[in-house]
Amino acid sequence: MSSALDGEPVPPDLFASRRRRFLAGRGGVVASAVSGVVVIGGLAAVFWLAPGGATVRYFFFNPHFMWQAFVGDPSKGFYSVGLGLLTNLWIFAVAEALVLVCGMLIASARLSQSPVLLPFRLLSTAYTDVFRGIPILLVILMIGFGLPELNLGYVSNQSPAVYGCAALVVSYSAYVAEVYRAGVLSIPHGQLLASRSLGLSHGATMRRVILPQAVRTVIPPLLNDLISLQKDTALVSVLGAIETTRAAQIYSSTVFNFSGYAVAAILFLLLTIPMTRFTDHLIARDRARRLAGA
Amino acid sequence: MSEVVLELRDVRKRFKDHEVLTGVSLALSRHEVVCLIGSSGSGKSTLLRCANLLERIDGGDIELFGQSLLDPRVDPDRVRRHIGMVFQSFNLFPHLSVIDNILLGPVHALKRPRAEVRAEALELLGRIGLATRADDYPDRLSGGQQQRVAIVRSLAMRPSLLLLDEVTSALDPTLVGEVLDLLTDLARQGTTMLVATHEMGFARNVAHRVAFLEGGRVIEEGPAQEVLDHPREAATRAFLERVR
Repeated sequence: MSSALDGEPVPPDLFASRRRRFLAGRGGVVASAVSGVVVIGGLAAVFWLAPGGATVRYFFFNPHFMWQAFVGDPSKGFYSVGLGLLTNLWIFAVAEALVLVCGMLIASARLSQSPVLLPFRLLSTAYTDVFRGIPILLVILMIGFGLPELNLGYVSNQSPAVYGCAALVVSYSAYVAEVYRAGVLSIPHGQLLASRSLGLSHGATMRRVILPQAVRTVIPPLLNDLISLQKDTALVSVLGAIETTRAAQIYSSTVFNFSGYAVAAILFLLLTIPMTRFTDHLIARDRARRLAGA
Repeated sequence: MSEVVLELRDVRKRFKDHEVLTGVSLALSRHEVVCLIGSSGSGKSTLLRCANLLERIDGGDIELFGQSLLDPRVDPDRVRRHIGMVFQSFNLFPHLSVIDNILLGPVHALKRPRAEVRAEALELLGRIGLATRADDYPDRLSGGQQQRVAIVRSLAMRPSLLLLDEVTSALDPTLVGEVLDLLTDLARQGTTMLVATHEMGFARNVAHRVAFLEGGRVIEEGPAQEVLDHPREAATRAFLERVR
């Protein structure tokens, strides 16, 4: 009697290799410290010691110019990059609120079932197709330069920032609508069946059973879109609205130093990092909950 | 045992080019328990879903208390308020606590006052020994507890009949008993039930009548013991051999 398993008369070697044992123990800490110093230190050294390193530091990261750009000085022809951020902030705040509402409306229209709502179903489908397909920059340019040309009184007499904000709403609503819709479609069909067999109407089922669950599952992807919306407020600068990016641009062309851009980048980071961390935290919490449930 | 609650007459249902129900006729009287037996795919679940209009039928007629449900004036939502349904996979609402799962239908479909329904719901939960779990979320309960809550949820609507779709099939074998015990109690209290099941013991002991489905038709039906012990049809006999 012989089988494929009888071939090895010597005891099998069950020990991990010395390298793996070293890394699994205290050696792991040492190894990560060393690799951290080497990689990060290496990158810093390249930046610091490159032939043009000093030039780059002077033109992009000079503390004096950075501070000057941050506070601004209109008498010298440039605006405050710091104050410019307030424009980004209000554009973001207004756009965010409108996007969350419009996205929900568009998603509801796409998911509707009533025959009466057929035109809305078609329009909302066309809307998401069109505005997810056009680069946001183009939407901003078309709305920002198109609406004023219409000579429509109130509509045509807004500031560039307002047009930029409107363009962001138009574009992002299409994305957010699809996020909501994916959330609704992710809810198991049995939930709908259970609710309908209790005699709840389609609308009540959506409102009380499907949407509350869908919104919970889409919060992380939704926050991701909002982070990206925060950054894309910078695109409004192409219409001439004096927000952070535009202020940095004006500073660099007035003073011939690009440190304003570094300031703008840091300001955006200060805005987005807390939200990124929060989103990751929610994702981790959801994952833990799912694993606990399984 | 005379008043007919639900009657299906020559009901047909097709999905694409597959005809799942090929002419089912079945009547359910008040206080009666009828078990639907048959292999998976014989059309049991589809029949139950057609009965409370979750699926649109392609032929035949369904009557509830003598009223045709195919009448265009009939509102399916109103029909479903009289017909309780319990599913194989429980389908409790995970975002609502146990008590809110039970209150959803009575409060939002029947528009009954919350406080009044709440008292009733707690009463019902007490009867299945889960009154202390009212504020827990469904994922904190065992499968058997979840399914019993699902049954209570449909009872809170005070339905005229219950449709049960293989309600023990997704349960751990040790938890099947507690759900069947509850159904047995309900049967004793005179609850009208149409039960799709693979539990032959339950069918034998609790059902008044058994209907054997195959190929989307009722092949044989009659008093439970008669059908299960002395089947007339060869197909019924073959099926019972296989499940024994």
